[in-house]
Amino acid sequence: MFVSLNWLKQYIDIDHIDPEDLAEQISKTGIEVDGIEHFASATNNVVVGYVESCEQHPNADKLNLCQVNVGDETLQIICGAPNVAQGQKVAVAKPGAVLPGNFKIKKAKLRGVESNGMICSLQELGVDEKYVPKAFSEGIFVFPDEVEVGDDVNQLLNLDDVIFEFDLTPNRSDALSMLGVAYEVAAILDVDVHLPQTNVSTTAEKAEDKVSVRVDAPQQNPYYGAFLVKDISIGPSPLWMRNYLMAAGIRPINNVVDITNYVLLEYGQPLHAFDYDQFGSDQVVVRLANEGETMVTLDEQERSLAPHHLVITNGDKPHALAGVMGGADAEVTDQTKTVLIEAAYFDPKTVRQASSDFDLKSESSARFEKGVDPNRVRQAGERACQLLEQYAGATVLDGVAEFDQLDKQEKTVTIWTSTINDRLGTNMTNQEVADILRKLHFHFHQEGETFNVFVPTRRQDIHIFEDMLEEVARIYGYDEIPFTLPQGGSQAGGLTRRQQLKRYIKRFLEGAGLMETVTYSLTNEERINHFISPEIQSEVVSAVPLKMPMSEDHSTLRLSLVPEMLQVISYNLARKQGQLAYYEMGSVFLSHEGEVTKQPAEKERVTGVFTGEWVSHPWQQEKKLVDFFVVKGIVDALFYSLNISVTYKQTKMDGMHPGRTAQLFVNHRPIGFIGQVHPKQEKAYDLNETYVFDLDLDYLLDIHHNAPSFNQIPRNPSVTRDIALVVDQSVHAGDLEHTILTAGGELINDVHVFDVYQGEHLEEGKKSIAFSIHYQDPNRTLTDEEVESSYQAIMDAVKEKHQAVLRG
Amino acid sequence: MKERLQQLEKEALEKVKQVTSLKDLQDVRVSYLGKKGPITEVLRGMGKLSKEERPVIGELANKVRQTITDAIDERKAVIEEEEMERQMEEETIDVTLPGRPVRVGGPHLLTSIVEEIEDLFIGMGFEVREGPEVETDYYNFEALNLPKGHPARDMQDSFYITEELLMRTHTSPVQARTMNQYQGSKSVKMICPGKVYRRDTDDATHSHQFTQIEGLYVDKNVRLSDLKGVLNRFAKQLFGEDREIRLRPSFFPFTEPSVEMDISCKMCHGDGCSVCKQSGWIEILGAGLVHPRVLKMAGYDPEVYSGFAFGMGPERIAMLKYGVDDIRHFYTNDIRFLKQYHQA
Repeated sequence: MFVSLNWLKQYIDIDHIDPEDLAEQISKTGIEVDGIEHFASATNNVVVGYVESCEQHPNADKLNLCQVNVGDETLQIICGAPNVAQGQKVAVAKPGAVLPGNFKIKKAKLRGVESNGMICSLQELGVDEKYVPKAFSEGIFVFPDEVEVGDDVNQLLNLDDVIFEFDLTPNRSDALSMLGVAYEVAAILDVDVHLPQTNVSTTAEKAEDKVSVRVDAPQQNPYYGAFLVKDISIGPSPLWMRNYLMAAGIRPINNVVDITNYVLLEYGQPLHAFDYDQFGSDQVVVRLANEGETMVTLDEQERSLAPHHLVITNGDKPHALAGVMGGADAEVTDQTKTVLIEAAYFDPKTVRQASSDFDLKSESSARFEKGVDPNRVRQAGERACQLLEQYAGATVLDGVAEFDQLDKQEKTVTIWTSTINDRLGTNMTNQEVADILRKLHFHFHQEGETFNVFVPTRRQDIHIFEDMLEEVARIYGYDEIPFTLPQGGSQAGGLTRRQQLKRYIKRFLEGAGLMETVTYSLTNEERINHFISPEIQSEVVSAVPLKMPMSEDHSTLRLSLVPEMLQVISYNLARKQGQLAYYEMGSVFLSHEGEVTKQPAEKERVTGVFTGEWVSHPWQQEKKLVDFFVVKGIVDALFYSLNISVTYKQTKMDGMHPGRTAQLFVNHRPIGFIGQVHPKQEKAYDLNETYVFDLDLDYLLDIHHNAPSFNQIPRNPSVTRDIALVVDQSVHAGDLEHTILTAGGELINDVHVFDVYQGEHLEEGKKSIAFSIHYQDPNRTLTDEEVESSYQAIMDAVKEKHQAVLRG
Repeated sequence: MKERLQQLEKEALEKVKQVTSLKDLQDVRVSYLGKKGPITEVLRGMGKLSKEERPVIGELANKVRQTITDAIDERKAVIEEEEMERQMEEETIDVTLPGRPVRVGGPHLLTSIVEEIEDLFIGMGFEVREGPEVETDYYNFEALNLPKGHPARDMQDSFYITEELLMRTHTSPVQARTMNQYQGSKSVKMICPGKVYRRDTDDATHSHQFTQIEGLYVDKNVRLSDLKGVLNRFAKQLFGEDREIRLRPSFFPFTEPSVEMDISCKMCHGDGCSVCKQSGWIEILGAGLVHPRVLKMAGYDPEVYSGFAFGMGPERIAMLKYGVDDIRHFYTNDIRFLKQYHQA
């Protein structure tokens, strides 16, 4: 909403206020002033001039040589505008004037002839092209005859105005009108509001004799008033009105249209003007549309109507889509003589639905949707009649043909000074509360600290105590409310164990060299099918798509964090950043239904992606690319630090390298995977060799973590035995390790691989894996016999289970 | 013989002085003090001496041997010290060469900001709550006083999944769920950080996915002045003790009165500059007293309980605090962006 201060001054006295200060006060009290525009900045050397003569320039076809009387002198001015003519009153920038854009006007010679100034178009004076009336959009502006030669153009064209741009919250529809703004500013400044005059000199002829109103849908249309105005002469509206409309961002058209727009802005009440002679009957029938009914709206579009659309008809065919747009048939034209002015209250929901169905948003629909002031509907119609009489030479028929079931009662809300103070933490007196209500122009009955407030109907947003609390608080001033800290019992805030662990895992991974990413949960429908961890894959029935996505890339909720994170790798690679290790914590979304009806399961994952050099220390010739075991080392360390033991099993899954992927298990439960991205996928994402891990974070957070208990530091020496076993290529080290641990008995406290070999001296298809086995009893020194017997048991077991032989 | 011994001593001491390596020193030791050395020879020849001469010469021989031994030992210590120094000299490295890099990871800027804000409110007795990102229409809107067809639903155009399910547009549903769970049985003092989603086209200031932290305190006798106090402490801790806050009226369907909180501009301290669009103030968050209908729907009697709520966008806060100029930086995860925020 644009608010012209010059217009606002018609209702309240704000001459003495600095616009910047006023904007600040309005912002602090209730409505955010988003911008302040000093309308245009032409200097005062621009005046009205009378074109005494206009002849063609002797040396140029398209230029005119004009003698222009500017009051104290006559200036010779060369003008190129096609519409300049003798006898016009025009805007003349005299030499020395500075036009917007710092355009300085000087005496000059054009094609050998002297020119002492410039005849201006509205655009040249700083008026935005889109508000310039069509008649003047291609040339200079021509004033109506009544202006005086020599008058200051800035004032005449309202170029000294200041425009506030209001960023209105949806509740403050009262400020969608100049009167509403006037009440708001009046409350801040504690001044009176002067309402406009609506008196007309009426005829004996009554509107009701010429037109009847019938409403078949009173719920959707509780009030409909039809005013009749005859003998209209269509022409331009007065200059001041055009100025105000342009300031408010509306292009002037003609006096009838301008007046309805002016009243819309002044009262916040949309009006509609029909050409009475084209209406096709003497009755207005408001009803819901019939199934299959159509109408052609002003924009010449044929609209198919539905039974929830409210239409204004002549008893037969629709002439308007109520509150949204008029029809083409009864449109006001230059030939119009008699106008039917509609002033109505349309149900907000009905208008909202229609305007959204047809994607038609207008100044009118915006106001109806929020609920107009029931007490201003008829007044606005009367105001329009008064302006038509004054500025369109019209005769207003007496009275109004109307249907009226509208509730115009003021609501009562009771407030108490003590409750206000309890809620705000203030010490207001009854007098202060009364003062605030008076400033707001709210009537009230006061008994002690109890106020029965009669909320004016212009304030459709106030219903309950808390609404009034806000009114009192904002006029009192939020700056005046003290700073206190809550008095309630002192709760101990804090993170839950789960939240603490989450932070721990983040810090752990960061310490291991990973950067955290945050990627989008909504991803590409095609991308989601890969990299789904087996335990998710076995549970998901369907992915969760959006009903109306904005783009294909963000159309479906992710089933894995990997695809979006690979995108991140790809993005960085494209920018020559090749050493990348990222992790992310986030949810995947899986539905247990074929078609989603219930909230999907949201499972938290912790996922890592790696590519490029892991160790890079060139001058010492040290360099190591990320590989499976770098990633596994980090995952192992994470599990170790969480005191969870994890096992790995070779696996094959979509998107991953079939020979370099493992599934992870904790207590036989699958909890994720780790491995290399399949070369095909690497190619699809434009990646080099890339590794990932993806773990069930929920499980890591929820599993019972044993608190560490004290273990005696061993005093006795441990015994180490190393064995190198030759086995088939297909035998896994992990299985051998498992066999060793099981067969070797409880004295083993650690087994680990220290060498893997294949090649020379070994049979084709065989490999050698060497284990270091540590024996330890915390309480005593082990005997050779004990160790030997365990060693034998191990040898027997690996021979039997894995056909292993001791490497010679 | 006496002369011979004195001569030997003089000779030996002279040689010791000239020796520069441990090996040469050992040679000197062997040549003078060894079993085949001249002193041993002198001692061996003592039999030929008279009874009177024997102890005198014996004593002198021992003294000479001791003197030479001491000189050798002393010289040895010096040479060893010199050798050590030489070795150190040889072992000297260029300490300005680069060290072996240790991979340094770090949190995303959003995480840093969120955790900082969490810790700040934890310090004021708040707990941290989380909730689902796919919400029901009820918890996302209706329980927050946004019934179907409410005009304010326009303010946050949403990603719907079904008629009744949508991507949450704010984290307030976590508050509604928490209150609903307690049904008026106890006070609630919580913040809820998390991802939220709105139908916005991604550009420098809009993102279809972003982060929110909302807070809620419901108890007996919660006042607007308490909200001011808590937000003031928050703003000063996060942005600096020299910053001021102010509240301005606003509108949210779930609070009444509703306010927006501004902080004084860091650049101009309230005088007006380009950062704050000449206003001297920068908008930080929305807040208000919990709407009685919201309390009632969750089983809290608005006659007994009152509360305040607030909500902020960590992206916006990070942008203000660190001067990040485009919200998309948070989601492209350019390593060169992420690395900028890893130092404590």
